[in-house]
Amino acid sequence: MQAASRLLLLSRTAARRGEVGVSVDLDVVRKDLLAAGGEVREASPANADGQAPSFVALPGSTDEAAALMRVAAEHELTVVARGTGSRLSWGVPASRCDLVLDMSRMSDVVEHSHGDLVARVQAGALMRDVQATLAQAGQEIALDVPGDASIGGVVASGLAGPRRLRYGTPRDLLIGMTIVRADGMVAKSGGKVVKNVAGYDLGKLFAGSWGTLGLITEATFRLHPLPAARAYVTAEYFAVSVACDAVAAAANSPLVSSAVELSRARADGPIQVGVLLEGSADGVEARAARMAGLLGQGVIRSAAPAWWPAPPQAPAGETLIRVSFWVSALARVLDAIEATSAATGLSAVIQGSAGAGVLHVWVSSYDELNGESRHGGVADFVAALRSALAGQRGAVAVLAAPALVREGLAGRGGMNGPVPGLALMRAVKDQFDPGHRMSPGRFPERL
Amino acid sequence: MTAKALALATAMREICGAADVLTDPLELRTYECDGLTSHRTVPALVVLPETAEEVAAVVRVCASAGVPFVARGSGTGLSGGAVPHAEGVLIVLSRMRRVLEIDPVSRRAVVEPGVTNLSVTQAAAPHGLFYAPDPSSQVVCSVGGNVAENSGGAHCLKHGFTVNHVLGLEIVTPAGELTWLGDGTGAATGYDLLGAFTGSEGTLGIVTKIIVKLTPAPEAVHLVLAAYDSLEAGGRAVTDIIAAGIVPAAIEMMDALSIEAAEAAVHCGYPEGATAVLLVELDGPAAEVEAELATVRQICEAAGAREIRAADDPVQRAGIWAGRKSAFAAVGRLSPAYIVQDGVVPRTALGDVLGRIAKLSAETGIRVANVFHAGDGNLHPLVLYNDAVAGEAERAEVVSGAILDACIEYGGSITGEHGVGVDKSRYMPKMFTAADLDTMQLVRCAFDPASLCNPGKIFPTPRLCGEVPGHRRGPHPAAANGAEIF
Repeated sequence: MQAASRLLLLSRTAARRGEVGVSVDLDVVRKDLLAAGGEVREASPANADGQAPSFVALPGSTDEAAALMRVAAEHELTVVARGTGSRLSWGVPASRCDLVLDMSRMSDVVEHSHGDLVARVQAGALMRDVQATLAQAGQEIALDVPGDASIGGVVASGLAGPRRLRYGTPRDLLIGMTIVRADGMVAKSGGKVVKNVAGYDLGKLFAGSWGTLGLITEATFRLHPLPAARAYVTAEYFAVSVACDAVAAAANSPLVSSAVELSRARADGPIQVGVLLEGSADGVEARAARMAGLLGQGVIRSAAPAWWPAPPQAPAGETLIRVSFWVSALARVLDAIEATSAATGLSAVIQGSAGAGVLHVWVSSYDELNGESRHGGVADFVAALRSALAGQRGAVAVLAAPALVREGLAGRGGMNGPVPGLALMRAVKDQFDPGHRMSPGRFPERL
Repeated sequence: MTAKALALATAMREICGAADVLTDPLELRTYECDGLTSHRTVPALVVLPETAEEVAAVVRVCASAGVPFVARGSGTGLSGGAVPHAEGVLIVLSRMRRVLEIDPVSRRAVVEPGVTNLSVTQAAAPHGLFYAPDPSSQVVCSVGGNVAENSGGAHCLKHGFTVNHVLGLEIVTPAGELTWLGDGTGAATGYDLLGAFTGSEGTLGIVTKIIVKLTPAPEAVHLVLAAYDSLEAGGRAVTDIIAAGIVPAAIEMMDALSIEAAEAAVHCGYPEGATAVLLVELDGPAAEVEAELATVRQICEAAGAREIRAADDPVQRAGIWAGRKSAFAAVGRLSPAYIVQDGVVPRTALGDVLGRIAKLSAETGIRVANVFHAGDGNLHPLVLYNDAVAGEAERAEVVSGAILDACIEYGGSITGEHGVGVDKSRYMPKMFTAADLDTMQLVRCAFDPASLCNPGKIFPTPRLCGEVPGHRRGPHPAAANGAEIF
């Protein structure tokens, strides 16, 4: 580090001790960022969900990303990594953001070894483009996530769709990862072979870490062959207990369901259950016929029904809640949501992977009857649902919510409720990011 | 130093009861090694706790005295991961062997760490479920040990590894605190410490309860045996099966030397004179497996199989598997001593690496029998030598190491399922950079800053967990102002 910027750093630190809001010599930071490589742009507030970063840098390689991270470390800049920005509004926004690292220039499928069913991909690549490349060899990353999500974003948010029942979440499909640490050091774990137990699996730690431990620049996935055929078997139920039996029967069947989904447009309405079967054309046909029998009154379709859950989104003004549970408690979960909806007077839409023990619940802050916003009521909803499900294995976690709902949850279990292993998580954060500069405050809240 | 651990015996007896604390040198010697007998260390003290609370109390005593401790399950590990510390306490978990809960609707089981792998499947079987990870030692190996090693097995090609089937762990931290990682749902909030812990070889804490995922038992299982005149021909069949979009439950291959050994040991009746035997197991819904079976047979024939057999009933399948499963032990009939190696290469590099091994063997006169999980490129070369011949053990060690070098060169791994333990820590710097290893050890520092929990394993050079000049600058000013941020 040059003497000049060292001086700057010292004066900034000294100034911060005295007062908040002392401006930094942005020209010096800009010069250092430019010297590090990549493109550096003046930021606009849209770059990080309302935050106003001073800079946006777009690294073109892991080396450039590392150089930028070193500059950020020298100047003690807080850093928020960005893929397509589609989930920056989830959780709690970073409490400070000096530098956005926009990964969109790192968009290559670096290696696709189809004979090994393995692909190494840069973090900024869009899921849609990656899947298109892999499909040329009849392969895929077995995650149903939005095509416009970036690889890094999918991994960092742990996003998974209906097929999580069969294939798991990103952490189950990752076999290697390259990261840049908060101090700018580049580190790899895993590799490009599916079977590998050498060393700690840092990929697991970074998957779902929401950018709070370091920067993901590349990820290596195990791939699956694209299924030759698909069928959806669906049924509608009015009694909760019958629907729950159908979900359990489908998920536990040796017919091998790729997904067992549930949808309920009103907390006390009819329940749609749908099963996805994947395999050979003949095999899927035979299995679908049997699955229809298992569901009692199943309808076989070649395409997904209209209600089939898309990857969860969080529209403005709505609170997205994830209820995770053991499948044997599904009826209790549905009953609890219905009772909570009735008690709070807020309508709830339920969708998700019932067979895998994960449901998403959307609660709107807008009270249609009285034409008013009831953010406090949504916080009450979350608290009441937690209390109704207390003692069950699992959690009621708020994935995204309007700021007023988040505030309403303060002191009432927050966004996540109790988090087991919290002390160890703090220790991990302190080791990887001792200055707490990586997406500070982002996850899990109030740690 | 041993005296320091011995001085803890009284406290340990109060925790576990007198009968569960061993100090007698002869009894201690029983625990001097695990399945890798070339590394032996007699522990200062052995304790056999029966509850999670006892384990936590034992660890707290060790932590406050600064005495290292090592956890051990059934002791079947093949990398010396459970080799005791000479000045430390060995915590044996084999008395914690209850299956606490089976929830068939949720497809979950809760077990204690000393429960054997196979007994989980046995407990789940009446519900039409099984526990998928199946290391060859599944009759004796413990689930706690499987978690520590992230164990695989022949069927992990399709069904995944231990880490894909463990959804919750109650652990005792190296400070002696009981905590849960994961809640059995697979969707827990926060960092995936469960994933990071699994496969950490006992260096991040001790497992006291395990929530595992159970899988519906397959409706149909078919095993195909194909015999070839060369490993290359068998390898072609493997490539074509994968290219056809089929993911078999298992694809195993054995070469002439390992076939000969298995034949002598268990009379498995493999086709006579075969240079390579390929086993392909298909499982799943009957309608899918029948179709796959026809395709696999065609592919195996097209690759030049001299004989193909298929078995769909459990007894026939067990007969064919017996040859493969006996292979490690069976080579003992061919050679007074041997090294079981465990390396991985990308499947597409199998042919090249097998060629390298053959060349190494020819150059050194050290015979190598090859048994491997062909589907995922996991090699288990058995390096045969005569320890009565001066220098042969050393030459075998060189060949064994050169095989790992080849695995690394082709982008593979130094271990696919046996772990690093004490055996392979010296190879870690060949596979990972200093920065990679330093970063992994940040996790170690978070869990075990005093480095008391199974020290000396995995990493060749321990990282100091204190302040590192130039690396740590204290909390961010915003955090120092009282707002705790993450």
